[in-house]
Amino acid sequence: MPVEVRIPTPLRKFTDGADTVPVEGNSIAELLDDLDKNHPGLKGRICEDDGSVRRFVNVYVNGDDIRFLDNLASPVKDGDEVSIVPAIAGGTRSLS
Amino acid sequence: MSSTPVSVAVHTAGTVCDLVGNTPLVEIQRLREGVADGVKIYAKLEGFNPGGSVKDRAAWNMLRRGLDEGRLAPGKTILDSTSGNTGIALAMVGAALGFPVTLVMPANVSIERKRVVTAYGATPVYSDPLEGSDGALLMCREMYEAEPDKWFKPDQYFNEANPEAHYLTTGPEIWEQTDGAITHFVASIGTGGTVMGTGRYLKSQDEAVQVIAVEPADAFHGIEGLKHMESSIVPGIFKEQELDSKIGVATDDAYDMVYDIAASEGMLVGQSSGAALCGALEVARQLDEGLLVVIFPDFGDRYLSTNLWMGWKNRKQTRNQ
Repeated sequence: MPVEVRIPTPLRKFTDGADTVPVEGNSIAELLDDLDKNHPGLKGRICEDDGSVRRFVNVYVNGDDIRFLDNLASPVKDGDEVSIVPAIAGGTRSLS
Repeated sequence: MSSTPVSVAVHTAGTVCDLVGNTPLVEIQRLREGVADGVKIYAKLEGFNPGGSVKDRAAWNMLRRGLDEGRLAPGKTILDSTSGNTGIALAMVGAALGFPVTLVMPANVSIERKRVVTAYGATPVYSDPLEGSDGALLMCREMYEAEPDKWFKPDQYFNEANPEAHYLTTGPEIWEQTDGAITHFVASIGTGGTVMGTGRYLKSQDEAVQVIAVEPADAFHGIEGLKHMESSIVPGIFKEQELDSKIGVATDDAYDMVYDIAASEGMLVGQSSGAALCGALEVARQLDEGLLVVIFPDFGDRYLSTNLWMGWKNRKQTRNQ
């Protein structure tokens, strides 16, 4: 069972309008690579050229910000839910 | 022994609402690379409003109009969607007037926001953070439609009392503060209330005044409070045809400008102010002479826990290498 990645409204043009897409990988870095393989250009909107997550973007694993986990090396497993959220409404450590 | 009569001059305000507006203008002294000597840039510091932002003006005027027209009356609860400053403003004005307030906001608003609105006694309701401010707007609309008699919904995106607040206060203040010498007005777009209302007033005094709006350059951005019009639900009060131009600013440039404004001008402001000054400088660099006024919507202390400051340390290290 793959990991579900939730896509924010402004990036759904890369996913044909889908708000959730299934992605394969064991870490956030692998997920982002797989995401870009299936939806070319998407990673470039989320990450800087050096691969780090852009400063106004938050990535959450089951509601926890990866900056407070293990960043791009944060592990993910089947059934986890990953969310990509622009920091328009401020940043918090968790979505709840 | 008779006591000596003491004469006391009392200067009071009826409520905190009477202190909204009359914010100061300050000249941008150092962040003017590439700007001709004949061009002056002034920032209007809306953080000096009692609730800490430009939104106090719209909130107060929308509630005042609601009271005048009888739509806001005892027994009603004030309801609106907001990702930030409008919520704080409505919570403050609601508390001062004695009305309960319910606010719909994306669940990932900063902790400072949640605590401030709660401190004013407002009830927060959280919407899906992935849907952003439009998600909060739609959820709020559903809540209103389910119980229309319960709520007074100021609806800042569609309420003409929002731009009217700026027509009645921000515009005249700027005209007076610049002695009518303003040539360009620059403001970022959240609802469009500031740029519309202020712009209308300034043009009513001098048609030649240029009105310029600043928005995020891209739909996927991190400039809190601002709307990228092309990809958003366009506010009913926003009339693009009344603008002379619109400038897109990248999130990274807006954030960097916030750091520069603090370090070079001594003002810690929010990201929408950073974006606004980026836009103002773009305009200023094309001029030989002129007087620009740019709105700084709030101060920066309410963003210290947000992404704005997350990359700050790394950036400084890189810069100093």
